[in-house]
Amino acid sequence: MTGTTPLGAIFDLNVPAHYLSWHFIQISVPNFVVIVLMIVVFVAALLIPFPKREREP
Amino acid sequence: MSAPAHRPAKAERTMWTTRVRERAVREMPPEKLLPDRQPSYVSSWIYVFGVVTIAAFAVVVASGVILGLKGPEWWHLTGLGHFVNSMHLWAVEIFFFAMVVHLWGKFFMGAWRGGRSRTWVTGAITFLVAIGAAFTGYVSQQNFDSQWIAFEAKDGLNAVGIGSFFNVANFGQMYTWHVILLPTVVVLLIVGHVLLVRRTGVVPPYAARLAKAPPAATATAAGAATGAEDA
Repeated sequence: MTGTTPLGAIFDLNVPAHYLSWHFIQISVPNFVVIVLMIVVFVAALLIPFPKREREP
Repeated sequence: MSAPAHRPAKAERTMWTTRVRERAVREMPPEKLLPDRQPSYVSSWIYVFGVVTIAAFAVVVASGVILGLKGPEWWHLTGLGHFVNSMHLWAVEIFFFAMVVHLWGKFFMGAWRGGRSRTWVTGAITFLVAIGAAFTGYVSQQNFDSQWIAFEAKDGLNAVGIGSFFNVANFGQMYTWHVILLPTVVVLLIVGHVLLVRRTGVVPPYAARLAKAPPAATATAAGAATGAEDA
């Protein structure tokens, strides 16, 4: 379907996903990307300062 | 506001409605249920992922209600149906994404401390039930993808010994689990989880600065911190 319309998805989701294999571990690229993104967001949430506001302890 | 203004007479206290009301107010006083301030340590982005999860869940439910009312033909064959279907899917993606980050944050801050074990357990059970809710959604799509997932899952469920309880290739059965039973359980668990958070408060961070204090002060502060956490 991708490419048939100007507003088609950037990534073609109508094909089987590529897989990464390492010994007995096998994971699809989309799942691997989501896990990496979750780790990135988790670390960013710890490091990026929260907007200051007057609060009582 | 933590105690009722009117103390019922002994005869009135035998009524179950009176007992339930008094216990509800005692266990969950309004100032705890809807607080007007939060401790300073919640000023961190890691504390927002719980409410992000709930916000995503609200979109999941709203889009799911529309999909359920319009039906499979609508969500497969119309432009608006595709849009709402996609919104349902991506809200679920954000729901699980935020819930996992929330889980990691609470795990590393030991969120079960200070009498908060039930809060941790209800959150963990919510996560597991939500996986079942998402799975039954995948097999309720009414397309080749759902057929493939159902027949792969059938072998998986048989392998763990619970295959006789569920027929994952039965659309009606899976749809009932997906739109009625499991969402109800998830909603009840989330309500209980949030009420427990309101009751015990957000878990304080580990006392990381105690190690830098003088020995005497460290012992005193550590004792106080332990007492506070165990309360």
